[in-house]
Amino acid sequence: MSDLEKKSIDPATIKMIQKAAVDGCETIFDRAEAMKPCPIGAEGSCCKNCAMGPCRVPAPKKKDGPAKKRMGLCGATAETIAARNFARMVAAGTAAHSDHARGIAEAFLATAKGEVPEFKIKDEQKLLQVAMDLDVEIGDRSVQEIAIEVGKKALEEFGRQQGEVRFVKRAPAKRQEIWRKLGIVPRGIDREVVELMHRTHMGVDQDYKSLLLSAARCALADGWAGSMISTDLQDIIFGNPVPVLGEINLGVLKKDEINVVVHGHEPLLPEVLVGAVKDPEIKKAALATGAKGINLVGMCCSANEILMRHGIPVAGNFLQQELAIVTGAVDVMVVDVQCEMQSLAQVAKCYHTKLITTSPKAKIEGAMHIEFDEHHATAVAKKILMEAIDNYKNRRANVEIPDDKTDQVVGFSYETINYLLGGMFRASYRPLNDNIINGRIRGIAGVVGCNNARVTHDDPNLTLIKELIKNDVIVLVTGCAAMTCGKAGLLTPEAARKYAGEGLASVCEAVGIPPVLHMGSCVDNSRILLAATAVVKAGGLGDDISDLPAAGAALEWMSEKAVAIGHYFVASGVYTVFGTTWPTTGSEEVTKHLFEEFENITKGKWGFESDPLKAAKSMIDHIDKKRKALGIDKTRERVLFDMAKRREIDAA
Amino acid sequence: MSKIIASAAIRGAHKIVERAEKKYQEALDKWGPEQEVGFPDTAYYLPVIYAILGIPVKKMSDMKPVLDRCRTLLPPPVKEKTALPYLAPALDAGMATFFAEEVIEAIRYLEDPNFYTNQEDILPDNIWLGAANDVIFRKRGVEFVDGSAPGFAAIVGAAPSPEIAKKIATELQEKNLYVFMCAEHGGKRFSEQLVEAGVQIGWPTRLVSYGPDITAAVFAMGFACRVAMAFGGIKPGDFRKNLNYNKDRTFAFVMPMGFVTDEWYANAAGAINWGFPTIADTPIPEVLPTGICTYEHVVSNIPHDHIVQKAVEVRGLKVNVASVPIPVSYGPAFEGERVRGEDIYLECGGGRTHAVELVISKRMDEVEDGKVEVIGPDVDGVQPPGQLPMAIRVEVTGRKMQEDFEPILERQIHHLINYAQGIMHIGQRDIAWLRVSKGAVAKGFKLSHLGKILHAKLHQDFGAIFDKAQVVIYTEPKAVDEVLAQARAIYGKRDARIEGMTDETTDTFYSCTLCQSFAPSHVCVVSPERTGLCGAYNWMDCKAAFEINPTGPNQPIPKGDMLDPKLGQWKGTNDFVMNASRQKITQVSLYSMMVDPMTTCGCCECIAAVLPMCNGIMTVNRDFMGMTPCGMKFTTLAGAAGGGAVTPGFLGHSKYNVTQKKWLTGDGGLLRLVWLPKMLKDELRERLQKRCEEIGIPNFIDMIADETIGMTEDAILPFLEEKKHPALTMESILG
Repeated sequence: MSDLEKKSIDPATIKMIQKAAVDGCETIFDRAEAMKPCPIGAEGSCCKNCAMGPCRVPAPKKKDGPAKKRMGLCGATAETIAARNFARMVAAGTAAHSDHARGIAEAFLATAKGEVPEFKIKDEQKLLQVAMDLDVEIGDRSVQEIAIEVGKKALEEFGRQQGEVRFVKRAPAKRQEIWRKLGIVPRGIDREVVELMHRTHMGVDQDYKSLLLSAARCALADGWAGSMISTDLQDIIFGNPVPVLGEINLGVLKKDEINVVVHGHEPLLPEVLVGAVKDPEIKKAALATGAKGINLVGMCCSANEILMRHGIPVAGNFLQQELAIVTGAVDVMVVDVQCEMQSLAQVAKCYHTKLITTSPKAKIEGAMHIEFDEHHATAVAKKILMEAIDNYKNRRANVEIPDDKTDQVVGFSYETINYLLGGMFRASYRPLNDNIINGRIRGIAGVVGCNNARVTHDDPNLTLIKELIKNDVIVLVTGCAAMTCGKAGLLTPEAARKYAGEGLASVCEAVGIPPVLHMGSCVDNSRILLAATAVVKAGGLGDDISDLPAAGAALEWMSEKAVAIGHYFVASGVYTVFGTTWPTTGSEEVTKHLFEEFENITKGKWGFESDPLKAAKSMIDHIDKKRKALGIDKTRERVLFDMAKRREIDAA
Repeated sequence: MSKIIASAAIRGAHKIVERAEKKYQEALDKWGPEQEVGFPDTAYYLPVIYAILGIPVKKMSDMKPVLDRCRTLLPPPVKEKTALPYLAPALDAGMATFFAEEVIEAIRYLEDPNFYTNQEDILPDNIWLGAANDVIFRKRGVEFVDGSAPGFAAIVGAAPSPEIAKKIATELQEKNLYVFMCAEHGGKRFSEQLVEAGVQIGWPTRLVSYGPDITAAVFAMGFACRVAMAFGGIKPGDFRKNLNYNKDRTFAFVMPMGFVTDEWYANAAGAINWGFPTIADTPIPEVLPTGICTYEHVVSNIPHDHIVQKAVEVRGLKVNVASVPIPVSYGPAFEGERVRGEDIYLECGGGRTHAVELVISKRMDEVEDGKVEVIGPDVDGVQPPGQLPMAIRVEVTGRKMQEDFEPILERQIHHLINYAQGIMHIGQRDIAWLRVSKGAVAKGFKLSHLGKILHAKLHQDFGAIFDKAQVVIYTEPKAVDEVLAQARAIYGKRDARIEGMTDETTDTFYSCTLCQSFAPSHVCVVSPERTGLCGAYNWMDCKAAFEINPTGPNQPIPKGDMLDPKLGQWKGTNDFVMNASRQKITQVSLYSMMVDPMTTCGCCECIAAVLPMCNGIMTVNRDFMGMTPCGMKFTTLAGAAGGGAVTPGFLGHSKYNVTQKKWLTGDGGLLRLVWLPKMLKDELRERLQKRCEEIGIPNFIDMIADETIGMTEDAILPFLEEKKHPALTMESILG
């Protein structure tokens, strides 16, 4: 394997890494070679929570024989320190998703009140569903009244002090019971984050089991509240995704058009940009530059949002953000929050690209700042587009766009899957359950998360997913992992016959779906929770998420959000495997607690596996274990119905 | 759904919807928006549209929103590469297809009223039956409910030859399935092939020639939709329940014979919504994963020898087929087959000769199980068309056999013999009438086979109450007359005993939940003085059925404490009904239609309804198609009161029940009866007259109005006043 092949399996990425080298532009791929991760931090053994430290308490090396366990100045054990560091990642990840959600909820309320002419209630059906789940009275109230109260109730979830966040009621009854018994039903989103930050402060909670369980409570506030609110409210004002054809990879950039890359996570500005590029005035200005038009493309989860809803092309995933600029064809890259690398500003300087930050929460030194405010959404969007139009003339000679791009079918929201399995009149998850029970589908896997420059870009996730579908495991994907699949052609119906096992392929061909279903951005992992719940409720596969033949993975994870997501899946009863690195190896006890003992507590557990094929095997083994427990590991005789058997059926 | 199928189905749906839109526009231009439209004699309008969308299409303009809905359901064509998911769109397209086909067929009824025969039988010059009217639907629907017809095969197209068509049809009949036929393939149609092969088609033989075009497939779907509404109590518009009901309970499937066109695919895709899979004889793509249907969705390329077996397996149907050692086919599907004129080889009874049937118990040592004796000439002793007198005496014995069970066994003789292909049986007791066709004799049928049938089937169905049975068939005039005399004496004794039975003389009533296969919350309570509402089960039948199958649908109900003697409520019956109705019904009156009336599955022979203005009640039988004074026809009434719902003011009951002493005594009894159809009055006249004398008003029959007096309350009230009908002076029926 050449050095380049170690960096990425994606040809467009390799081409652009080469180009960056020629252009003398440093990227993350270069830095990853130049700098190794801090070994003590990597295992979670560095405590810098007070000024007596930082204290380093790495695990004793085995070869030195039994050594006295090290502890921090205050006496904090390696267990406490590793658990605290882990918990703080959960808190940060929850904060990120939930602050995103808060922004959406505020924009939603403003929309409901009619203050944002660009947005409106697009999906009334979903509004009513969400209203019911938030205990909002429907009666004969107007859509606007209902929406306003939904917005207010959603915002209340953040500051709620007592009781339970409302969406936990969506979980299977048995799951709720487990949470209540453990005392980990989140009260309010902010409260759980604040409490976890408090617990992990110097000299507070110093029992790793207690820390990890309260981290679970915080993580649940992400998965079953913050993230879920964000997804639901976005669906209501921007439309619930339905299957749509899109394309992905750097090849979507166009040499003769003004390229605007929208990068980050919140869909508000991207939605307005989608409309603004069609504005006649903007179009005219664009054409006046000699360009053939404006090419709006996405990057990271902003891309996922507008891809799922509008089929807007995607330039790439996390590790391709610098490389998009390296093409020399990006006139403006506009970013909001999360996962935008500070180096973008430096890379942009190597070319003509204008980097524009838009969130009041996220500014980057060296970038232009045009603040987004939903109350002046179109004006902001137009201003950004005018910057791009203006900048087109500054393009330099070194423009080179790789021709790699792939078609993909996306837009598999939880509700859409329900429809796709039975049509308007028989919509249900039943066919999925049926085919899991009869073994055509072995199980369900959720593969999510980021890219990580410490491993070959896209390789672990892709190898894992290919192995899973080959073994008849249907895979649900979000975030950057979804884009990996898109680039590799797994998000096409044709991929079923090409990559999936016979059973899964036959189901995919029956429904007309890819073997890997793109469910959205990383904040949309809540869709996977709801899909899992729907499978439980459709019957025949146990009565809790933990009974399902299912597993999760994020082999290329890097962000704290990924840890929050992983922990809410584990707390919801799912076996979740991470790759690349594991942040608690400094304490065997903490690691064992998460990898083994958690299964007795939340019925979900963590795992770590850097080899994707081994990760696939452990997930499949887990799925097989669950199939056996459900008694669906053997083929069953076809049941034929006579009249007596029909009488046993309960009334519909 | 394979992409090929989905693509074709969506194309087909577009074609059919476009056809419907064109037809609609032409019809609208010609007849205008107010023109009445619909299928004949039905309370379910265009039944698929009514069941799924809840829209009652009554006039031309009502079709517009339906066609608009079709448009919103029609997806764009499926792309060749990187297609978007197509299963759900294809199912939606299939549904739009059925809506459109109902529009097309309804307009056909308008344009060409005689295109279909609109009856049970074909005509010499027209074999197309069209949509089943509600009388046919209910009569046949009951067979679905009681299990004598487990489902239907929708055959589209034509077999390679009339012989193969006949073979497939016979096989389906032998599995008790209805065969619904439409469309053509290669210029031929399955129905026409059957006629060509000399098979009797029509509703009576379960071989239903719906129509010549593919659009007639929608009549089959309409039948299924009506079963769910009429017997399952599913409300119009509750599409999800209707479709799931059919998936779970109506075991139907589609069998395309020959090249599958886009339009056929569209219909097949639509049928999947109901859980009806497709089993094809051509090599179309298969869809094997399960989920929307119980098992596979499309199975193809099945040889004609195996296609029926395969279809039954794919649909997940278990058929208990009678194994009877006779040389002709056997099953309920042959019950309605007639033997006429030149087909007759031998005829017994029917006024031409004496014919009598009798079942009696004997001592264990007097019966040799399986022995069949024919005393007198058999078929080989007569020249067609021949006549013989006949007596059939079945002698049974067993530890559990009771004298009371004799008439129950005896009553089976009619349908058991009638189930044989080529044999026609009418009547019972000393008015029995038998015809044996030339076809049956050609296959080797002899009179001894009647004995074989009775021995085999009685053992199969009633083996739990007797151990041994032997059959003697007499065709000697003298012997026949002897049996006839013996039989008449026994009939007299039996009748007297049954007459003497009352609700007070027994501590045990019986339940009947046979119909829960289709009406899951319905429970019949059968007492000596309240026979089952279907007319098929009296108390004694239920008692015997319980002996036969102790865990079956007829269970003893200890009456327990009497709670209300007037209404007829007991603690035991209430508790039982509560439990057996799956907590849907808490209490039930045996003698009242006003307070806690019993539910009906939809199989009831009659429905009684309150006439407030007359301070009385009316009742109407299923066969009466006209309007009644309560403002509803039978079928509308059945729609309101059927499906296991509690509906005070309405009651399903049997015809016989009208003349039982306890009939509606809680509401005033027979004296409340102010109207009933003339045909029912005549049918019940003899027993009714007896009851009139018992209640002390011998001319009471003449006080009851019928349709010749009027069909509204306003019209009959003066008549009642003139006759001084007692109901007028009774306390208010509304309480």
